[in-house]
Amino acid sequence: MRKLRYREALREAMFEEMERDDRVFLMGEEVGHYQGAYKVSEGLLDKYGERRVIDTPIAEAGFAGVGIGAAMVGLRPIIEFMTWNFSFVAFDQIISNAAKVHQMSAGEIQVPIVFRGPNGAAKQVSSQHSHSAAPFYTHIPGLYVVQPSTARDAKGLLKSAIRSNNPVVFLEGETLYGVAGEVPDEGVEELIPIGESRLARAGADCTIVTWGRPYYTVLAAAEKLAAQGIECEVIDPRTLRPLDTALMVQSLKKTNRCVVVHEHWPYGGPGAEIVDRLQREAFDYLDAPLERVTGLDVPMPYALNLEDTVLPTEERVIDAVKRVSYAK
Amino acid sequence: MMMVIRRFEEEAARHYAKGNIGGFLHLYIGQEAIAVAATEVLEDRDYIFQTYRDHGIALARGMPANAAMAELFGKDTGCSRGLGGSMHFFDVERGFLGGWGIVGGHLALAAGTAFKSKYAGEDRVTMCFFGEGSTNIGGFHEAMSLAGLWKLPVVFVCENNQYAMGTPLERTSPLKDLSIKAKGYGMVGDRFEGHDVEVVQERIAEAVARARAGDGPTFVEIQTYRFRGHSMSDPAKYRSRTELEQRKQQDPVALVRERLLGLGVDENALDDIDLEVDEEIDAAVRFADESAPAREEVMMSTVLAPEGDS
Ligand SMILES: Cc1ncc(C[n+]2csc(CCOP(=O)(O)OP(=O)(O)O)c2C)c(N)n1
Repeated sequence: MRKLRYREALREAMFEEMERDDRVFLMGEEVGHYQGAYKVSEGLLDKYGERRVIDTPIAEAGFAGVGIGAAMVGLRPIIEFMTWNFSFVAFDQIISNAAKVHQMSAGEIQVPIVFRGPNGAAKQVSSQHSHSAAPFYTHIPGLYVVQPSTARDAKGLLKSAIRSNNPVVFLEGETLYGVAGEVPDEGVEELIPIGESRLARAGADCTIVTWGRPYYTVLAAAEKLAAQGIECEVIDPRTLRPLDTALMVQSLKKTNRCVVVHEHWPYGGPGAEIVDRLQREAFDYLDAPLERVTGLDVPMPYALNLEDTVLPTEERVIDAVKRVSYAK
Repeated sequence: MMMVIRRFEEEAARHYAKGNIGGFLHLYIGQEAIAVAATEVLEDRDYIFQTYRDHGIALARGMPANAAMAELFGKDTGCSRGLGGSMHFFDVERGFLGGWGIVGGHLALAAGTAFKSKYAGEDRVTMCFFGEGSTNIGGFHEAMSLAGLWKLPVVFVCENNQYAMGTPLERTSPLKDLSIKAKGYGMVGDRFEGHDVEVVQERIAEAVARARAGDGPTFVEIQTYRFRGHSMSDPAKYRSRTELEQRKQQDPVALVRERLLGLGVDENALDDIDLEVDEEIDAAVRFADESAPAREEVMMSTVLAPEGDS
């Protein structure tokens, strides 16, 4: 194992997959000459040239559609949205075309495409630039939705996404790009399957399901809770569609209580989906109602003091764990 | 006014570096003549839309520097009460209908306010600003299509500062002259340089007059240049120092000063104005600094509008 930043892990995944398959190409705004708005694609243009690393004008619906069309006839595009906020102008391409054509064509046409880019709040970028896009895309049959929290998952899942024969919505975290984590050594190929949860921390008292930036908030909160005698078991679903609840149910059998922590708004979305499934799949094991700690139900404000109250905090996680544990 | 914008932006950059301002900060330095000329031509009742690069036009329209700086500092006294930040200035009283963050997203809104003018028989023109990078996105084409079709009283002003983030125009458009796009939407196009405030004023006035007379929209491409990076996080490595220095020879603010001196205006008088501007901006920073932070009640109570009177 060696340490890599999340951004570098993603970059390696793209390098490796472009190296092994000429059908893979990267397209998006500023991905080439500028080396990526967030430097994820740094060096790719130098190595693979303008044929395979393609800077586009600001035309998301256009280049998402171009990607889908190219995928329909055999290429394997990686389409980068500068951020997922800008995918909304391409929403129709993803929902009506990418997610539908396989079934519409009675299974004749495949769309092996990855849409990727940073998702969620960054810092003080205000309401139009802070969306957590998972709920919009997890709603749609015909898509996979992946949201890795660590460098290792980012690399292993992106490689699987690129090799998938289906459209994958790949949600990265702008605030996670600089976070370092362990990744298998060079030359050791790891493909992390889409649709598998991961145990991030073991504990017997309370299960916490979380992903994305709050993953780190939760791990920090878990340490504080441990100091107070409450051991949390943390599970990262990693893929939000399809959702793997097996590990969560297994954990609940031990802890009998669960808190789900996520950045997206509380109305619906994967957070609510997880709660819905767990209350059915683990009903007999529950000692407390499932709780959620979410981004507050408001558009993201600019001011830092307010943004800090909107995003899930350690305090809110600790309070929720204590509530379901009936602890003070 | 151009000096106010210039000094405001320089001070904003300084306070961004100091951490008093966060998020994205897109400066207007180099493009000041356009905002000043355009607002000069408009009436108080007219509407204005701009992208996230919105400080210059808001100040030119009369937004107090205090309210603008306080917004950047995320304060309750800001023009959007600290909820919007740099990219989302609003001053509804002055017809400044926003700073918008999604490229191309506000052009149809401008067609919409122009639609209202026509619908209600009001003599109000809408002016909508955006960058040349925005002329490739669907939102641009659809707004232009509708405005052209319905002959709406709107002026689309493309501030062509040559770069869309790090990408020069020649890599985003097969056209050099963007104004010819106007033809495809059945509207008049115009194209000129943006560093001379008098030229901008004269030419943009024609477009506004056309809209006011009910003769339909105009697409105006104004050639300009931003002296800073796209936003504070962009070191602008994609352009050469020589190019920048060359462009700085056409500094719209310096040009005005030269012209005034040429007309015999006393240099001391100009220096006095500069000092006044410095004081105004310093006062704005003090005001922003001392203001109370943005408030949670305002955030919660502005998600939805109150029901009742309709
Ligand atoms: C739909 C969409 N895609 C991408 C972005 C990110 N982005 C913000 S500004 C910008 C460049 C815009 O260039 P231009 O339109 O020329 O305006 P300028 O910033 O030069 O004034 C990009 C790509 C965005 N805000 N919205």
